[in-house]
Amino acid sequence: MSIGVFTAMTLFLALLAFVCLYRAYVGPTAADRVVSINVITTKVTVLIALISVITDQNEFIDVALIYAMMGFIATIAVSKYIEKGKLY
Amino acid sequence: MAKDLIILFLALSSAFFFMVGTTGLIRLPDVFSRMHATTKSDTLGAGLALLALVVYKGFDPVSLKLLFILIFIFITNPVSAHIIAKSAYDQDQKKKKEEDHGNS
Repeated sequence: MSIGVFTAMTLFLALLAFVCLYRAYVGPTAADRVVSINVITTKVTVLIALISVITDQNEFIDVALIYAMMGFIATIAVSKYIEKGKLY
Repeated sequence: MAKDLIILFLALSSAFFFMVGTTGLIRLPDVFSRMHATTKSDTLGAGLALLALVVYKGFDPVSLKLLFILIFIFITNPVSAHIIAKSAYDQDQKKKKEEDHGNS
């Protein structure tokens, strides 16, 4: 039963990620797009963890951890670039 | 059975919070209110979903890693929201100052 709950959750999160992609496409300013990408990164991290538990492949948990770190670094880099016009 | 019910409750509330965050991202009028909607409800939704996985896995190395992901998301999501808000606010102020110069 729990596996079914997790599968439904995965499908729902994938749908919501596409809805967020709409804001990344129209968003009037660059900050809107960064917010939207940040939200999508959080969703995809949870989605990878869910898939790892559903298919019972424990190695994918590490992928989710690294994905969360990459998303954080991407957000920081892009917003610094918006703020200063350069990365350093 | 009790475990199944706890997992169902956690997953349903997590789906609710994710949906609230996405609705706010789509419907609200400007950058700061969008960030206000997403950054809190999304963090809570991710935390509840990962907690459901931890309850399902029980006492296991995998649940330790899931808890690491949870703590990492709880630390980094507010930080990145703060940094985005700072850069958006600076851009706003810069644009306003340029408009003032143009008028006078």
